[in-house]
Amino acid sequence: MKRKSQNIINKLYSISAIVILLLLWQGLCSFQIVPEFMLPSPMSVGKAFITDFPLLIDHSMTSLMEAFIGLLLGVLIGFITAIFMDHFEILYRILYPLIVLTQTIPTVAIAPLLVLWLGYEMAPKVVLIIIVTFFPIAVGVLNGFRSADSDTINLLRSMGASSFQIFYHVKFPNALGSFFSSLRISVSYSIVGAVIAEWLGGTNGLGVYMTRVRKSFAFDKMFAVIFLISFLSLLLMALVNFVQKKCMPWEQLKKEEE
Amino acid sequence: MAELITKNITKRFDGKTILDGISIEVHDKELVCLLGVSGAGKTTLFNVISGLLKPEEGSVFLNGKEITGEAGHISYMLQKDLLLPYKTVLDNVALPLIIQGEKKKKARQKAISYFKDFGLEGTEDKYPSQLSGGMRQRTALLRTYLFSESKRGTGIALLDEPFSALDTITKSSIHEWYLDVMEKIHLSTIFITHDIDEAILLSDRIYLLTGKPGQVTDEIIIEEPKPRRKDFNLTEEFLSYKKKIIEKLGTI
Repeated sequence: MKRKSQNIINKLYSISAIVILLLLWQGLCSFQIVPEFMLPSPMSVGKAFITDFPLLIDHSMTSLMEAFIGLLLGVLIGFITAIFMDHFEILYRILYPLIVLTQTIPTVAIAPLLVLWLGYEMAPKVVLIIIVTFFPIAVGVLNGFRSADSDTINLLRSMGASSFQIFYHVKFPNALGSFFSSLRISVSYSIVGAVIAEWLGGTNGLGVYMTRVRKSFAFDKMFAVIFLISFLSLLLMALVNFVQKKCMPWEQLKKEEE
Repeated sequence: MAELITKNITKRFDGKTILDGISIEVHDKELVCLLGVSGAGKTTLFNVISGLLKPEEGSVFLNGKEITGEAGHISYMLQKDLLLPYKTVLDNVALPLIIQGEKKKKARQKAISYFKDFGLEGTEDKYPSQLSGGMRQRTALLRTYLFSESKRGTGIALLDEPFSALDTITKSSIHEWYLDVMEKIHLSTIFITHDIDEAILLSDRIYLLTGKPGQVTDEIIIEEPKPRRKDFNLTEEFLSYKKKIIEKLGTI
């Protein structure tokens, strides 16, 4: 009970912080301290959002679709990589440095190349998202596998368990926590990845919309789409949290006990 | 009928001898205790018997058949309770059956029938984090027992300091519970302890183990019949056993 009221108070704090920021911003614009063409007021951003709403939804669908396909493949590839790297020490030694290397390549630099190689359609976007999302998953899940308790593994071995059974009963559930943490990161990467890929070429998507409104100096729409992107990322993260709670009910209990 | 014999088990790590020619045996429904100081290699011996480690010399016989270095025959309860936090108590207990390929539903049904005898009723759907230390040990013991009862199991269990993590009050109540349960089920056990009272109270026979390298130096038979009196640990006989053991451990 105490916990719950504490939670509500914490939420009130963050909501009032946001409200104060918005008021300050509106004030800056209303009293023309900052000219409207440089910083549109929250009101006009809101208006832009409403007028362009059908268009934004249409573009969001494209971006979300790319993000979803890319994320799905990224998670799948990340998971499979982790399984192989956990099972074969030699693969771990070969692949780990390579995987780290892929993360040092700036996304913005590789995106035009992908467009060049794969065209303006969905493919380069999905590939870019795979590249950015698979890394957190592979590393997180691999850590989860490798941190499985060796005594528990011994216990199962003493029961005559096969290595698949040890994987299924010990390593896999042990990696769930780090999997979801990684997934939260990958989900937001996937949206950002989609937008970046769309900047560089495409016919539809939030990134395309963003380039268009930038070129026509419609900064109110620019802000509207920025907020939309953050909102979508937050929404997806909340979805991951929800799925995690459903998949790991024991973690919930632990928190309640404390 | 179950019988386990080890002959001259010797185990070395990096040229250092940890176990030196250990020969022990446990017969049907017997409670045998390995008593010794920490570092005497008791856990290593269990790892060898359970088949997790291969000894350099010596062999393990189960009902006359050699099983040296083969896992999957003998129930092994390791020092920590090692309950899987993401499985319910029931699924934890049913794990050895599921590992042997039984259907989940059937394994659960079988497991559930023992909850009453083990004093675990009502905990089936809980998670281990919701249980007290004593209840966790009971759960771990039931899981160990179910393995020994399974297809591959042989009615023999190794318990590595099963009650050492518990406080004194919980410990004495779980001792009572343990003796009571052992009357109801068919299980031959070897258990490790460094608690002399616990050894005398629970076992039929005690092997004294000394360290560096680990050797069996003595064997003491506790004549007190079972079920034992509640106040056995307050009797003259108990004290004389204790005295004998202290002397033997001290003079070595």
